[in-house]
Order: sequence, then structure tokens, then C-alpha cells
Amino acid sequence: MIERVALFVTCLADTLFPDVGKATVTVLERLGIEVVFPLEQTCCGQMHGNSGYPSEAAALARRFVDVFDGFDAVVTPSGSCAAQVREHFEDLLGGDDRGVPARTWELSQFLTGVLGLEDIGSTFEGTVAYHPTCHSLRLLRVGDAPLRLLQAVPGVELLELPDAEECCGFGGTFAVKNADVSTAMLDEKIAAIMASGAESVCACDSSCLMHIGGGLRRRGVAVRPVHLAEILAS
Amino acid sequence: MTTGREAILARVRASLADDPPHVVPPRNYRLRGERDRAAVIELFVERVRDYEATVVVADDPGAAVASALEAAGVRRVGIAPDLDRRLRPSGVELIEDHGLGSRDLDALDGAVTTCASACAETGTIAIDGGPGQGRRALSLVPDLHVCVVRAGAIVETVPELIAALEPSAREGRPIVLVSGPSATSDIELTRVEGVHGPRRLVVIVAT
Amino acid sequence: MTHSSLDPAAARDARPESFPHAATGALANQQVRANIRHATTTIRRKRAGVVAEVPDWELLRSAGSAIKDETLASLDAVLIELEASVQAAGGTVHWARDAAEANEIVVGLVQAEGADEVVKVKSLATDEIRLNEALEGAGIRPIETDLAELIVQLAGERPSHLLVPAIHKNRVEIRDLFRDRFGLPDLSDDPAELAEAARLHLREAFLRARVAVSGANFAAADTGTICVVESEGNGRMCTTLPDVLITVMGIEKAIPRFRDLEVFLQLLPRSSTGERMNPYTSLWTGVREGDGPQTFHLVLLDAGRTRVLADPAGRPALRCIRCSACINVCPVYRQTGGHAYHSPYAGPIGAILAPQLAGETGAVASLPFASSLCGACYDVCPVLIDIPSILVHERGKAVARERSGIEGRSLKMLGKAFATRAGYERAQRLGRQLQRPIARDGWLTHFPPGPLGAWGRSRDLPALPAQTFREWWESRDDRA
Repeated sequence: MIERVALFVTCLADTLFPDVGKATVTVLERLGIEVVFPLEQTCCGQMHGNSGYPSEAAALARRFVDVFDGFDAVVTPSGSCAAQVREHFEDLLGGDDRGVPARTWELSQFLTGVLGLEDIGSTFEGTVAYHPTCHSLRLLRVGDAPLRLLQAVPGVELLELPDAEECCGFGGTFAVKNADVSTAMLDEKIAAIMASGAESVCACDSSCLMHIGGGLRRRGVAVRPVHLAEILAS
Repeated sequence: MTTGREAILARVRASLADDPPHVVPPRNYRLRGERDRAAVIELFVERVRDYEATVVVADDPGAAVASALEAAGVRRVGIAPDLDRRLRPSGVELIEDHGLGSRDLDALDGAVTTCASACAETGTIAIDGGPGQGRRALSLVPDLHVCVVRAGAIVETVPELIAALEPSAREGRPIVLVSGPSATSDIELTRVEGVHGPRRLVVIVAT
Repeated sequence: MTHSSLDPAAARDARPESFPHAATGALANQQVRANIRHATTTIRRKRAGVVAEVPDWELLRSAGSAIKDETLASLDAVLIELEASVQAAGGTVHWARDAAEANEIVVGLVQAEGADEVVKVKSLATDEIRLNEALEGAGIRPIETDLAELIVQLAGERPSHLLVPAIHKNRVEIRDLFRDRFGLPDLSDDPAELAEAARLHLREAFLRARVAVSGANFAAADTGTICVVESEGNGRMCTTLPDVLITVMGIEKAIPRFRDLEVFLQLLPRSSTGERMNPYTSLWTGVREGDGPQTFHLVLLDAGRTRVLADPAGRPALRCIRCSACINVCPVYRQTGGHAYHSPYAGPIGAILAPQLAGETGAVASLPFASSLCGACYDVCPVLIDIPSILVHERGKAVARERSGIEGRSLKMLGKAFATRAGYERAQRLGRQLQRPIARDGWLTHFPPGPLGAWGRSRDLPALPAQTFREWWESRDDRA
């Protein structure tokens, strides 16, 4: 039984979306888990890894392992960062990862898989379309964990998102290096979100939500982007 | 001067300097089916019908060939010189293919052949030039192909089909696998029947 | 601010034929995008249906992947065995180091027959080496016989999808093309009528052709059997009726045993056209007296494949069986179509194969970045090519090759900042400072040139909040 976890908040949430970090803390503490936040943490190195800078990514991976070794579990509100740790650290570090990747969990994985919970006691109300982000879907294979968590919230009405598994177009540096294609993909995702009729669009990755939310706001679409942690913390 | 062969082989060997491990492919996929004979035949008929080919199950294949040709309204039909007498109906002009030219083949209304083997799961007929099957051109050029499939020659799965055909390949026989009449999906991905191969395929399963 | 000549990465991306530019142009063509959206949606559904039927699909994928790896690991021995088997069966084998040599061989063989035209079955390898141009240059008329290749040839275009080369054209556009080129003013856009028009046009060519050129999907080394998988019957026509058959095949298409076809003939049709089996598969071994071409030439083509082979991390790209399943699920391809890739190989496989074949030079060098790394391709690849990982690997090679430009310096700087808590927190505070002139009410109001500018063309961006998460955490600890 896990009683204490370290929180890996991610450089993006730390700097740009602190509410996601706060919500994650709220959720875990509500479940009676002690949350530790090692202040030495910085970044998992995903952006460097994906952009073709493996030695920089490896250095950040080494630092992550140093910072989080010694905890029974590390929880992060980011599917893509969890995927970087769990799926890529082993290769980047030549196997010298001290088992840290295996003890690192994306939030929905941790709640359903490790704690075996679905009802987190959320009082969120509203219609929600869920967008499965590519890394959580295909690399981490969280499956329907986020959906089960959302379905267990009495006030949430889950509306189907057409072509849900289609990439939103963020893709890290792809969003700016191939901005036009990224925008074309975003346009389709926004059209699907609008077709769903939902008031909010939910995902497990702040990066994708930043891209989708930025697009919704620019187009004046009144759908609210909300991280899974924020729904569960309500 | 190095030949292309020498150069390419040298490049290949140099490229494999990392000495990749030798792989033994796992063969734990299905190697054979589990259906009984009746079910295999039924599946074959169903799958061939899915391709918009006409399928007939007959205990008198000769009569079935005659019916098929009559129904198709054809008069001049090509056959392999060694096609079994019982599969040669009267009432149509049968032309034995002793090396007909392409244009002569094109002037035929259809062809009647047997086949070497068939696969139920995919609705496939295999022709390898064996008895009654003729040259490849015979079942290719005329617009109608009537193919008699011995029920006992139908296997359930693709691995069984390939295993049945391997001896023919080793003998150097050319093999054609036919799964329905010709089709294209090149126009908006709509499957359109009938491009260059026979546009009509009639399969007679001889029980 | 930055001049592209100082930044090799930006310079590469600024070339008109590089992916970011080519894609922007392609995005403007709404008709093509609609055609591609319709086509890829249809084919995804079909593929999913027939794959779901196969209870041992994952086992087949593993086997297919392993057979390909087995072949590549001893490719020299497999090719030598293939050559011996083909020769024993009465065929002749040629080895072409590059496109020029392959074209020279083929043109020479055609000229030796005294033929002034050849009928062609679709072959990506011949597209790659631009064989048609070489033939035309030698006064030989190549007649494409695949309906889509015919359409593309008549339109004077290049193919845009490796399986459905005219996917970018809808029926109305095809009708107009055929009306014009076949002289059929009353032709409708009904697909059946269009197919009939093509059939009549090509029938004559098949019946008179003396020389045919084909590609090959597989070549079994133990028996010397060549395998061509097709739908329309033009492959059978070309490989059966003429006197002389010339097959151009990439060296990676060899497989060790005839038996291995039991795996690939399940993986390929279901992955490509979403059918249980394609209409026609031709399997011929050398020449057979009294049946088909009496002269057979196999041209083995390297043209960069040994280069791909030499990189163990990039090598799995050579497993590809050209099914196009990855292309059909790619969300990037869905928006841009194939022409933006400037290669016969488009989409995910194009993004990893084309740069490696070309030695990572030219426009195709930008292709590894033409991906959001969503991973949909890896999910459907029948031979388990981990395309996202190879894309990242190729990005690493591109970055290592180019001197560090703006992107490289920024990312390295960020990496250094993230190496220590102090550097990281300093970067956070610096960000808040720098944004002051362009932030109001929690959102950025201006997007300076560069990455932020590219972002800001279509998306808003929140400003950095006044308090980071860690600052909140520390204040919480103080209160507690």
C-alpha cells in the first residue's frame, strides 16, 4: 500500500500551468497520500530527446533518476513525460536507471492501476469530451483509465469526441517547425470538439491542452480546456 | 573493374559489420485451420461469393460447367488440351490451347479450367499449370473464367495453401492466386469490378 | 533577427521543396485534402475490419518482422542464393549499384529486343530510379498499366501515395482527364465507366507488347520465385503475355523461403487494401517452356539500400513491405497528401526511408521532422517497424550533421539551465521578466519572430503566471 509519493510536476506545469500541479496534490492528499515535492527536479528531457539531442536528454534523464531514486512511487500529471521516463530512459541511460522508470506513473495510471480506485470524490459538474493524448494512448497505453475516472464523477456527463484518437497536432517542436500542418490538424480536432457539444475538453497532458486551448481561444470557441487532475480535484 | 555484383555484396557485408544477431522467425501463428471439411467448403463458397463471383456446388461438375457456359451465353471457349473429357460440355465450341496467340485468346468468349488448390479463408483459387489448368494466358485473357475446384483440394488457411503449392514452385511452375474477378480501388477507393483480368469468374465446387 | 544562411537547420527548412514549405503549399489545395480525407477514412475502416478477423494477427506481425530481420542480417547470402535459384530456373540476374546503372541495364535490355515500347506494372523501385524518363530518353515509350499510374502519367504528375497513386484525384478529375486524353467527350464519372475506358485503352497495348517491366513484392531465395501482388490484372497481363519480362527489385525485397509467403500474403493484403486477399497474386520462377515470357531478367537494385542497412537503428525501415497502412493512418499525411514529401515514399515510411536512401541530403532531409510522433503508424505496421523511434534517431543524425543553429543553441542552453535547480529557477524568473512587454491579463499579446511567432499565427498562449508551482509549494511549506 503506497502511502507516500514524490510528485514530478513537469517543467511545463511548474512554469505555465501550476494549477495542474496543485490539483494533482489535492487529489493525492484527499486520498490520504503524503506528497513530497523534491525541489531539485527540473525536466524529464522529452523535448530534447524528441528533437534529436540525445546527449542532452540523457543528462536530464540521469538527473531525474538521481532526484527521484529512493521513492516508492513518482506520480506525474503528464502522459508524455511519464512515457519519456518509462519508455525511453532505459535506452538513454544504457539500463542504468535504478528502477526509477518502473516506479514512475502518470496520474490516471497511478489512481486506477496502483491504487485500484475509480471514484476520487470529485464534485465537478458539466459535459466533458475526453481527448486521449498520443503518448498516453500509444506509448504508455493507459487504456481507458482516464475514462473510467471521468465516468465515476457523478456530475460529469461524458460526450463522445469524434475521431478521438486522432493526434491534435502538437507534437512538441513540430508545433512550430511545421506550424501550418500542426494548425491544420488542430482545426480538425477543434471541429471534432465542437461537434461533441461538450463544455469542456479534458486530457492528461498540459502540452496538448496548451495547443488545443490556444486554438480554441484564438477562434473564440467557448469550450474550456481542463486537465484530468483539475476535474478530479474539484 | 568491380562488377555491380561484387560492389553490392561488398557494401552489404560492410553494412553488417555490427554483426546483427541471427534471427529464427517464430512460427507460432496458425499453421492450419480447425474447421471440418463441410465447414471448410461452406466457408470457401461464402468467401468467394463475397468477391461477387458466382459459386456453384455440384456433384456433377460437367453438367455445372455446361450450365454456367449456357447461362453466360458464350459460344467459343478455350480449354487446356488435357482437360478431363467429363468437363467438356457439348453445345459450345471448345478450342484446345496449343499455344494460341494473344489475339486468338482475346477472341475467345471464355475459358474452362480446373485448379491446383484453393483456400477457404480468403476465397482463393490457385492455378499452377497442372492437369486441366492450361497456360496462365488461358485463364487470363478471355473475359469469362469457369474454374472447377475439387472440394478435396480446398484447404482452410493461407499457410496450408502455400504448403500445398510449394512443390509446384520448386518444380518451377508459375502459379497464379485468384481471389475474385479483377478489381480496382483506384477511383476514390471504390472497388470497381472488371479491369484487365476476366471480369466474370464462375467457381464450380465439385463434391 | 536571424538570417537563414547562418542557421543550417532553418536554411534546410526554408528550401521550397523542404517539407514545411511543400506542406504549406499542399494545405492550400482543399480538393486534394478532401479527397485524401475521404480515401484514408475509408481504407482505415476496411483495414481495421479485416485485421480484427485474424485471431493470430500479432503473431503474424512478429513472424513477418523476424523474417525480414533474418533476411537483412544475412542479406548477402540470401541474394546469392536468390541469384542461383533464378539462374537455375532459366532467368538472368543483374546487379545495379544505383539508379543510373539500373536504368542503363533496363534500357539496354529493351533495345536488345528491338522494342520501342514497354508495358509497365506499377513499381515503386522504378519510380524511385525514374526509369520512365530514362526509357523516354532512349526513344522507348513506357506504358503505365496500373489504372492509377496511368491516371498520373496522363496528368503529367507524380504519384502521391505508394499504394493508391492517384488518391489525390477524385472521379470528376479523372473523368475530365480521360475525356481529354482518350477522346471520349461523353464519358461519365461513374467509376465503372472510367475503369472500362482504361481497360479498352490498355487492352491493345497488352496484346501487342513484346517487353514488360515489373517490380516485385517478394522474391523467395530458395526457389527463385518472384511474387507480384495486384488487383487489376495488369500485373498478370504484363508478366504473362510478352516475350521478355524485366523485373526491377530492391535488394531488401528478398525473403529466404517460399514458405515465408504464408506470413506476408496474410499481412500485405489486409494491411494495404483492407481485403482478405487481393484479386491476383502472380508467382513465377525463371521461365517455363510454353507458358509466359521465355526470357526473364531480374535487376537487383541497391540505390542507397546498403546505406540504410549500415545503420543498425535505421535498418528496420528496410523491413517495409509497402502496404501503406502507416500512410493511411498518419494525421500529417491526411492534411498534406504525398506530393509534399517529394519522394515516391510518403507519410511515415517515407519520412524514415527517403532520407536514409538519399544519405540525408536534399529536400528529404527535412522529412524526419514532418511528424508529431503520434505513433499511429507503429500501431498498424505489419512488420513492427518502430517508426517514431527511427524518426527520433534520424532527427539526431540531422542535428549532429548540421552545425548548431538557433534551435540547437536554444535547446542546449535550456538543457544547461535544467541541469541545476538554480539554473532552472533562474530561467523561470527570466521568462517572467522577458514576457512583461508582451503579456497582459494572463495572455501573450504579441508573438516575436521565431518559434513564438510560428505558434502565435494560429494559437493564443498563456503568459507565465506570477507564481510557479514550486513557489506555491514552498510558500505552503512555510505556512504549514
